[in-house]
Amino acid sequence: MKLRGAQIVVESLLKENVEVIFGLPGGAIIDVYDVLYDSPIRHILVRHEQGAVHMADGYARATGKVGVAMVTSGPGATNTVTGIATAYMDSIPIVVITGQVPTKLIGNDAFQEVDIVGITRPCTKHNYLVKDVKDLPRIIKEAFHIAKTGRPGPVLIDLPKDVQQAKTEFVYPEEVKLPGYKPTYHANVRQIKKAAQLLAKAKRPVIYAGGGVIYSEGAAEELRKIAEKFYFPVTNTLMGLGSFPGDHPLWLGMLGMHGTYRANMAISTCDVMLAVGARFDDRVTGKLDEFAPEAKVIHIDIDPSSISKNVAVDIPIVGDCCDALKKLYKALEAIEGIEWKEKHRDWLEQIEEWKREHVLAYEQPPEGPIKPQFVVEKLYELTKGEAIVATEVGQNQMWAAQYYKFKRPRSFLTSGGLGTMGYGFPAAIGAQVAFPDKLVLDIAGDGSIQMNIQELATAVGNRLPVKVAILNNGYLGMVRQWQQLFYKRRYSQTSLEYSPDFVKLAEAYGAVGLRATKPQEVEDVIKKALSINAPVFMDFVIEAEENVYPMVPAGAPITKMLLGGTVLV
Amino acid sequence: MRHTISLLVENQPGVLSRVTGLFSGRGFNIESLCVAETIDPKISRITLVTTGDEQIIEQIKKQLNKLINVIKVVDLSEIESVEREMALIKVKATPEHRAEILRMVDIFRGKIVDVSPLYYTIEITGDAKKLEAFIELMSNFQIKEIARTGTVALPRAKKQKR
Repeated sequence: MKLRGAQIVVESLLKENVEVIFGLPGGAIIDVYDVLYDSPIRHILVRHEQGAVHMADGYARATGKVGVAMVTSGPGATNTVTGIATAYMDSIPIVVITGQVPTKLIGNDAFQEVDIVGITRPCTKHNYLVKDVKDLPRIIKEAFHIAKTGRPGPVLIDLPKDVQQAKTEFVYPEEVKLPGYKPTYHANVRQIKKAAQLLAKAKRPVIYAGGGVIYSEGAAEELRKIAEKFYFPVTNTLMGLGSFPGDHPLWLGMLGMHGTYRANMAISTCDVMLAVGARFDDRVTGKLDEFAPEAKVIHIDIDPSSISKNVAVDIPIVGDCCDALKKLYKALEAIEGIEWKEKHRDWLEQIEEWKREHVLAYEQPPEGPIKPQFVVEKLYELTKGEAIVATEVGQNQMWAAQYYKFKRPRSFLTSGGLGTMGYGFPAAIGAQVAFPDKLVLDIAGDGSIQMNIQELATAVGNRLPVKVAILNNGYLGMVRQWQQLFYKRRYSQTSLEYSPDFVKLAEAYGAVGLRATKPQEVEDVIKKALSINAPVFMDFVIEAEENVYPMVPAGAPITKMLLGGTVLV
Repeated sequence: MRHTISLLVENQPGVLSRVTGLFSGRGFNIESLCVAETIDPKISRITLVTTGDEQIIEQIKKQLNKLINVIKVVDLSEIESVEREMALIKVKATPEHRAEILRMVDIFRGKIVDVSPLYYTIEITGDAKKLEAFIELMSNFQIKEIARTGTVALPRAKKQKR
């Protein structure tokens, strides 16, 4: 049967088992929206296209499925760019479908025309301009395949209006033919054996696990098995939080710029580093020349270009994290005559020593002001660590990463690579769409929340009971912290003295607003919020000039941590 | 170090821009670039010359390999290969210099492809060094314009044992 392009889009999405699309219609995508009107696919209408892409991203992070966003041409398309770049930096599988002006008009500066394929070329894993309706099923099939396989990432499909209207015979391809795209899943066994040998000789080994362990199905379990069986301490990147239980005795906490003292000391002192699904980002390594100076490095990653990009690797292993870790477990098990616990005893004691020296801590004066760390700890306690937590970017993100102990993969949604303020709230909405019965929390700052606050209408309208904890310090806090520490307290444009009343704002949208100004009120506000089956804004008026510690100044080696007053010395 | 990298890519619009965009976006150098269809019209060959230390060249190759439309990446500097470049050189040929220019062209196995009362246009092929040597000689006679193709290259065929 012949179908129109618009029908082919919807039929193909059904073939890909798409349950929900996040989007906003417009003139150049109206034909697809017309078909959606009768389709079983759910559509979440956003209030700004950036929100749609972050929602698709949050949905994808929470579920592991491909998130889908759909928008119109021109400004609709350009509004998706930040969301796409966010997903690209964090390797999140999403497909973004943009309307485009009719093919005849492309290049003519037509109304709402923009070269979105050109604009997003450097921030998508791949993108397409569909010029012939006959190519459409193949392109959609390829887009989903590319998005979710190998190192995942965003794929954009630009769909001109006349292609949506043109008819062709619809046959959805069974398989993809991409001669230039064959990700390596199976780790080389010889390399694994070498890695096992090196780990067998290690006196001070550390596992440095990143987001790849979360995205590779089953890898987190393998990581835990290896760590427990062979007594390897594990540190996580921001993206890796949740890949190893945050309350595990072998866990060192996060490393890097705002990492724990023991994690940064351990990575800097280790003699063998097993990097898994991490990419040696500058926020992790600090000054590169002084990063883990004594370490032999084993690096498991599905993306060969991540290996030896920043740090020279001794044993590269290209492959799926889960596959590699499974094989590594077997290879380690096969090595005879090692009492692993005994072998690592001194090292683990040294780590405990570091933990005793400087533990993450803060002091909550009973009379206030409320400390943000106290709020995050209370959130952790009262949600029993079971919530899906999204964050914005800045201090709120770091306090969430430090004080909420994540137990399982896909429970922490944060923009790590691009550092997109305004990410968390729509991402939380996307996760709530995927899991309507789970508790989804956005830990926000008063700056970031205002960057996509319009999506409160989306949450209320779709009965998505996302809970937002605003750590309200009246500042763009992380920038202010830098200004305080490195720019002589010259608070240039970081004060947010004119912010809305978040309680009234929530009420204006038909949501619930709650506020705590004293430490004693924090628990009640959280309990009340958790008892309400509706979106809630919790406005925590916190200490205005609280800083995130430890902190490694940008460009310094990660052993040079500023420990601040909030860390017990 | 200078590396000649040969890419087989899908012959589609936008592929060249993906390749060059990758170089500009990641701060890699391109010294020259040559693109044309191969014997299979669905596939094009891009030959590019780039410079960088070992780590950068490694990254360039890995990043190129990551592009979906790139089918194959070969670093011709790692294997035996033949490289050629062509140049068209328009040089001032006054009557007293013509004989000498002709002699040089002959020595370098070039060709005169256009003659006017004042200028010769010379076609010359060879590797980059040969071209540069010739251009230097011609600069004694006042070069008006030059067009160079950039390097094209292929691996040498394996010598078969009899």
